[in-house]
Amino acid sequence: MKKLVNFFKSFLLLELLKGMSVTGKYFFAPHVTVQYPDEKTPQGFRFRGLHAQRRYPNGEERCIGCKLCEAVCPALAIKIEVAEREDGTRRTTQYDIDLTKCIFCGFCEESCPVDAIVETRVFEYHGEKRGDLYYTKDMLLANGDKYEEQIAKDRAADAKYR
Amino acid sequence: MMELLQSLENFGQDLLGPVWLPLWTLVKILVIVLPIMGTVAYLTLAERKILGFMQVRPGPNRVGFWGLLQPIADGVKLLLKEIIIPSSANKFLFVAAPVLALAPALAAWAVVPFGDGLAVSNVNAGLLYILAMTSLGVYGVIIAGWASNSKYAFLGALRSVAQIVSYELAMGFALVCVLLAAQSMNMGDIVRGQQNGIAMFGFKLTGIFGWYLIPLFPMFVVYFIAGVAETNRAPFDLAEDEATIVAGFHTEYSGMGFALFFLAEYANMILIAALASVMFLGGWLNPFHGWPVLGALTDIVPGLFWMLGKMSFMLLLFLWFRATFPRYRYDQLMRLGWKVFIPLTLVWVVMVAAWMQTPLWLW
Repeated sequence: MKKLVNFFKSFLLLELLKGMSVTGKYFFAPHVTVQYPDEKTPQGFRFRGLHAQRRYPNGEERCIGCKLCEAVCPALAIKIEVAEREDGTRRTTQYDIDLTKCIFCGFCEESCPVDAIVETRVFEYHGEKRGDLYYTKDMLLANGDKYEEQIAKDRAADAKYR
Repeated sequence: MMELLQSLENFGQDLLGPVWLPLWTLVKILVIVLPIMGTVAYLTLAERKILGFMQVRPGPNRVGFWGLLQPIADGVKLLLKEIIIPSSANKFLFVAAPVLALAPALAAWAVVPFGDGLAVSNVNAGLLYILAMTSLGVYGVIIAGWASNSKYAFLGALRSVAQIVSYELAMGFALVCVLLAAQSMNMGDIVRGQQNGIAMFGFKLTGIFGWYLIPLFPMFVVYFIAGVAETNRAPFDLAEDEATIVAGFHTEYSGMGFALFFLAEYANMILIAALASVMFLGGWLNPFHGWPVLGALTDIVPGLFWMLGKMSFMLLLFLWFRATFPRYRYDQLMRLGWKVFIPLTLVWVVMVAAWMQTPLWLW
């Protein structure tokens, strides 16, 4: 009897019609596509994009050259050289991030004791040569100056969860 | 409209004499072939749009308003691309194969009636001619697969040919039922056989009830599924199964060679849709003819539009199938063709023939 029922089920193409009714229903469903350059999905305040180096409000750079980020970086993308400045403070003479190596894990940001190296929300950047994605200290500081307002706001939003 | 065409023909006959006939035929061919090319182009867009909509995304919408210029962009791209002929390919056959695939696909249109008497030629054995032409398309595929000298192309061609040959039988038997019912092989007469409706219990049922869809419904289903298999469309597109054999028989083709195969495939799809409309859905006939109110309202619509509407519906089904069903396994495909369709159609041919001898046959 069950065999007979199954025979008629497949013979009358019932399963196929059921499948077609599903696709037919979705034909009229609203699209979920985000038309990227015209529309953008919302970003969270923990978004990990392009790196930046921050400064204190008085204009002094935050980084003290402790090399924790260099040590924690799983992709070995950070290179730091340190020297003593005339005023006796410890500062970096070289702070490079190779974005072709970086995996945007955010460990550098987590490890930083002075919140100097951060990742911004910027993800729409490009380089036309391989060297363009090798960010030096000056470029990172410039990024920090450019996006400081957004960076500070995101850190403040995240602070209560830490 | 027919009178207008007739007077135009007579006028040309008087003006040009013997030169007129080939010229007039050429005009008729162009009037059929150019719209088919345009339809093929926009069918690709419709396919991508409908697949997109069914997958909850908008489909192509960058070129022109709502993506309406996409087929033109695609065509230009294919025209400008380099034609690569593999060094170990048989060059003559490699170039000839796309032509062999496309030519029969277009030639079959000669007998398809778009309205009462609106066909390039009114052949009495129209059905046979169509079966012959659709079978010839296989040669394009097998020659392409062989001439490419590539294993993927060769395997694809083997699959495709075996599939087309198997489903041709089921399709032929399904059409034999229509032939029995219409008692004619002339495409125009087949449609005219569906226009009278049926008389049952003293009622006269006209319009859709007169179509061969009603008595031959299983054959309609078999015919359409076999048609999908004949044109190598999803879910029977094993000949171009990208998961196992890259692109099947047209793996080695690029540029215009590939475009011709593409045109042939879509022209065949439209042909299957047109044949299904003519054989089972009453061709150019109004489905509501003779109905109270609705019949009078719809009788003013010209037959050409009913024909095109029915074809569009069948083409929508092609695309709907592609959006819904996963690809068949090859042995399942062969089992369906040989062990289900052919016995089923054979039984129905006998049944219809017997049915027609009884007073219960109303069509």
